[in-house]
Amino acid sequence: MARFGMVIDTKKCVGCMDCVVACKTENNVPEGLNRDWIVQDVKGAYPTLNMQIRTERCNHCDNPPCVYCCPCGASHVHELGGVVLVHHDKCSGCKACMAACPYDARFIHPDGYADKCTFCIHRVEDGLDPACVSVCPTHCMYFGDLDDPNSELNKLLNSRKYKALIPETGTKPQIFYLD
Amino acid sequence: MNEITNTRNNHLIDPILSIWGWEISVYLFIGGLVAGMMILSGYFLYRERHKQFVTTCTTVPLIGIILLSIGMFTLFLDLEHKLYTWRMYTTFQPTSPMSWGAWILVLVYPLLFAAMLIKVPSFIPHKYNFLFKWSEYINSNTKFIKGIGIANMTVGVGLGIYTGILLSSYGARPLWNSSILGILFLVSGLSTASAWIHMIAKDREESRLLARADNLFILFELVILGLFIINLLSSTQAHINAVKIILNGPYAAGFWVFVVGLGLVVPLLIQSLAVSHRIKHTIVAPILVIVGGLILRFVIVNAGLLSHWTKVIGLE
Repeated sequence: MARFGMVIDTKKCVGCMDCVVACKTENNVPEGLNRDWIVQDVKGAYPTLNMQIRTERCNHCDNPPCVYCCPCGASHVHELGGVVLVHHDKCSGCKACMAACPYDARFIHPDGYADKCTFCIHRVEDGLDPACVSVCPTHCMYFGDLDDPNSELNKLLNSRKYKALIPETGTKPQIFYLD
Repeated sequence: MNEITNTRNNHLIDPILSIWGWEISVYLFIGGLVAGMMILSGYFLYRERHKQFVTTCTTVPLIGIILLSIGMFTLFLDLEHKLYTWRMYTTFQPTSPMSWGAWILVLVYPLLFAAMLIKVPSFIPHKYNFLFKWSEYINSNTKFIKGIGIANMTVGVGLGIYTGILLSSYGARPLWNSSILGILFLVSGLSTASAWIHMIAKDREESRLLARADNLFILFELVILGLFIINLLSSTQAHINAVKIILNGPYAAGFWVFVVGLGLVVPLLIQSLAVSHRIKHTIVAPILVIVGGLILRFVIVNAGLLSHWTKVIGLE
């Protein structure tokens, strides 16, 4: 069984938003809405500043509160790689999943259902990388199987310092940011 | 300094979470109120005092049906995918409090209806003869009345607690991370239901008894609110920031003035003077309690949406 995840090298990310555009194009994300986005995190006081740029999206958590709280069974964990997805035709638009997500990664599609990053599962099933990963000009994003000890992801996680976002919420996010 | 800029600007998410408007607050208030009504009428039915407490045991279940229908309509208004509402009833998701609530609501209607049938409302025409036959059948054996009482109390407790647990189950919103919200909303529901009956009961003894009960529920509610605040203040920095939203942040005025002051302390003082025969019973105190209960839901829902694990909003 695979467990899909992502490793993002914040030392390489320049915040060009290519991943954001690729996602919108690949998944027909409606105008004004985003499945992925760029965060600039500036710490310190001028002139001693430290800036981290990172691309964020649904963390496809291993302990996904959005799946547990869904009253319709629309939010679910896909059998391939533990990817968190939404059955559009089961969703009542109650927004419980949006309340439950500490990353605010979900939104309501203009057609009424909850929508979010799918890790481009339609591409992954064909052996391709998600659109955001495939277009990144600095190659700062890595997608793969976290259960495979020889995957590029595990090699990076074993050799570099990393963090996940808000791990204290207990959701076990599956996207890791290299410091 | 830590400055975060985000390119995301999703509707209902940014800059602050605003997924639930007045519809959910009103629904949670009505859910708690009806739960309180079911417990009170259930208790008097169980004690077979329905001939003495006529308003509580026969009028209130009918009011409950009407109120809950309004509440469910506001819930429907909140849904973004309205044509798919029925999807909630094609499955039961044991980990989802919302799923529990959807199915509890299915039990509430027949139980309120059964309680109402103990004395068929006078406006129902006699051509609906079967209702009168059912009423006769229920009244033929006190076990049926006691059974309806127990079932109303049980499901009422479930409904009241669920309205709080619904919020507390969302770990992403620190203000709601206390299961004491379930008891808070249950006791608030009992208090607002007592206030409602106190206001409308024609029998003086019934009205006064419910006023005394309401005083007790208000005292409990004040203690539970205190525990809720202590619970969050003694937790992580995110929870401390969250509870400050209602203690001295953007919702402080709503919380202290309308929930604690005008919604609990002032009516408690008025009703204490009334039950000790120093002043007359008026509708002022019950109305303050009911409006306070509604504002409690607005404050908890809206302040909870504002609370976040990393973002500190409104307290800078």
